[in-house]
Amino acid sequence: MTTHVLIRVGERSVRFRRRVAWVLLALAAAAVVLAGIGLMLGDYGISPGQVLAALTGGGDDRLAAYFVREVRLPRVVTALVVGAALGVAGSLFQNVTGNPLGSPDIIGFTTGAATGALVQIIVLGSDTGSVAIGAVLGGLGTALVVHLLTRPHGLTGQRLVLVGIGVGATLTAVDKLLVVRASLVTAQTAAQWLAGSLNAVLWPRATVVLVAVALLIGAAFALARPLQLLTLGDDTARAVGVPAQWVRTLAVLVAVGLVSVATAATGPIAFVALAAPQVSRRLAGTPTSGVAGPALTGAVLVLGSDLLAQRLLAPTELAVGVVTGALGGVYLIGLLALEWRRR
Amino acid sequence: MPNRERRLGLLLLGLVLLVVAAALSLSIGSHHVPLGRVWRLLLDPDSSYDATVLREMRLPRTVAGIAVGAALGLAGALMQSLTRNPLADPGILGINAGASLFVVAVVAIVGVSGIWFYLWFAFLGAAVAAVGVYLLAGTSGQIATPARLALAGIAVSAALAAITQTVILADQEAFNEFRFWVAGSLEGRGWPVLEAVAPFLVVGVVVALAVGPALNALSLGDDAGRALGVRLVRTRALAMLAVTLLCGAATAAVGPIGFVGLAVPMLARALVGHDQRWVALMCLVLGPVWVLLADVLARVVVGSQETQVGIVAALLGAPVFIAVVRRRKVPAL
Repeated sequence: MTTHVLIRVGERSVRFRRRVAWVLLALAAAAVVLAGIGLMLGDYGISPGQVLAALTGGGDDRLAAYFVREVRLPRVVTALVVGAALGVAGSLFQNVTGNPLGSPDIIGFTTGAATGALVQIIVLGSDTGSVAIGAVLGGLGTALVVHLLTRPHGLTGQRLVLVGIGVGATLTAVDKLLVVRASLVTAQTAAQWLAGSLNAVLWPRATVVLVAVALLIGAAFALARPLQLLTLGDDTARAVGVPAQWVRTLAVLVAVGLVSVATAATGPIAFVALAAPQVSRRLAGTPTSGVAGPALTGAVLVLGSDLLAQRLLAPTELAVGVVTGALGGVYLIGLLALEWRRR
Repeated sequence: MPNRERRLGLLLLGLVLLVVAAALSLSIGSHHVPLGRVWRLLLDPDSSYDATVLREMRLPRTVAGIAVGAALGLAGALMQSLTRNPLADPGILGINAGASLFVVAVVAIVGVSGIWFYLWFAFLGAAVAAVGVYLLAGTSGQIATPARLALAGIAVSAALAAITQTVILADQEAFNEFRFWVAGSLEGRGWPVLEAVAPFLVVGVVVALAVGPALNALSLGDDAGRALGVRLVRTRALAMLAVTLLCGAATAAVGPIGFVGLAVPMLARALVGHDQRWVALMCLVLGPVWVLLADVLARVVVGSQETQVGIVAALLGAPVFIAVVRRRKVPAL
């Protein structure tokens, strides 16, 4: 913990650093607790002791060990990783665009991934395995189109947002067209996928997602400091040796990668990318959101939502995206009301 | 800054386009009525099949397109000016989310019925959501600032959309009705629907035009606006009222038509500059042009089955929109 050495200028800044550390610690603790609950709860209840035993390789209940290690752990890990990916992606986009509405949900990248998947489901009529491929191709394709459209003028936050909205609107219309023209059953399959779900996520998929997201979040950490400097303006940033264009392009690439991987794994989980940076910024009391805060906030949000989605109306499982929307929306409403009342 | 003559010229050009679009909308469709005959039948209706098609189908549909386009364009201009965010469209106020939820809830609880029945619930939902957003943004008697409105709007919309999704995933019938309603269509909205929403639209337009000068002053910032004698709370409340009336009525009549409220004001601003009064006028003309052209295309692109106007409005408009934002330096607010 920071001592009071820096006090002169920074009595405020010291206190505020302590708060950030506490918030990150609390979020990490919440994630661990939720993960523990996620491993225990289910139609086959498992005690905390059995969970620990199963995780460390011991335990005599083979069924419990199987459920914990092979069924629930990949699901919990995927929830945490996808949440972190969405939180960081949202934070990167909001930092690059300098606009709280500049999240991938609004500027078309999530829609692009969804369109890719819908084409797979409705037009090609394929199974869930190749839907993920469609989603990744859709997300990356959207990024390519946006890149080509913004290229001759250079990437600024404003232009990225506007072109992204135009592309997103086109894709939303295509999505609606696909859903309206499809048969009711196919349309419902598509709606199910569009709501986002962590059902039946097993180790193969969880491992791929984990590795990809870990690499991308590492890159996001490397970009955090130059991005922070960009908020001072391009000229100032350039003066201290930060190549503004490059940093922005890289940040967008990393963010698109994160969104595409997350969407491919679970379907588009609504609102996390938009809300997580806003929530973490308010919890930590900092003017911009970094990487760790949004990552942990997103992870906690998705995992918590998934637990609710599984157990709220058990044995009926809700879609996790529905719960993140409701939970995140209500939580953001409460947070905003509280913050604005205090001032 | 464009001068007065240029602005007037652009406005006149817009009006010409509007007349052309309306003529096309009256003439083209599965039963083609030649333009000359349209003109004669409008002046002197007889009892022919053409006249019946014109009177019962094309005319209400064209009027609906004009009304909805004008309402959405104007509402978007107000919303962008009010939140000082070029990304704000009327949907951000929670209007689409509120209307959607109420329509889905009605289908799930009462069962499938006609557009006439959905209309009032859609309007009610839109109003409830907008009031909720405004109350949240103005918590504890303070003024709802632009950033607050935007954030409060997306938070409320997300929560409402989640509930809508829960219902449509659980109720197949509600999902089937919803997927067509949410695409937005001008088809089969006869005179009664138009008569029902007309009073709201008229009041909305009047209020919207009346707050133009005050919004102009506010675009300099809250403090400067106040110094110029603008009453902040009243101006914002009136602008919100106008947006709710305009957008709520339009959505109730034809379903949510996205993107028009976002792109039309942006085009208008690129053409006539920042003066909110001119932007509002331009939107009143360009909004209907956009929606009517989209609707005409929706009738002809795929022969056997009509495409929903909301879908075509976006497919038609997005490339134009992208071309504009690429070429020009888009005016920030």
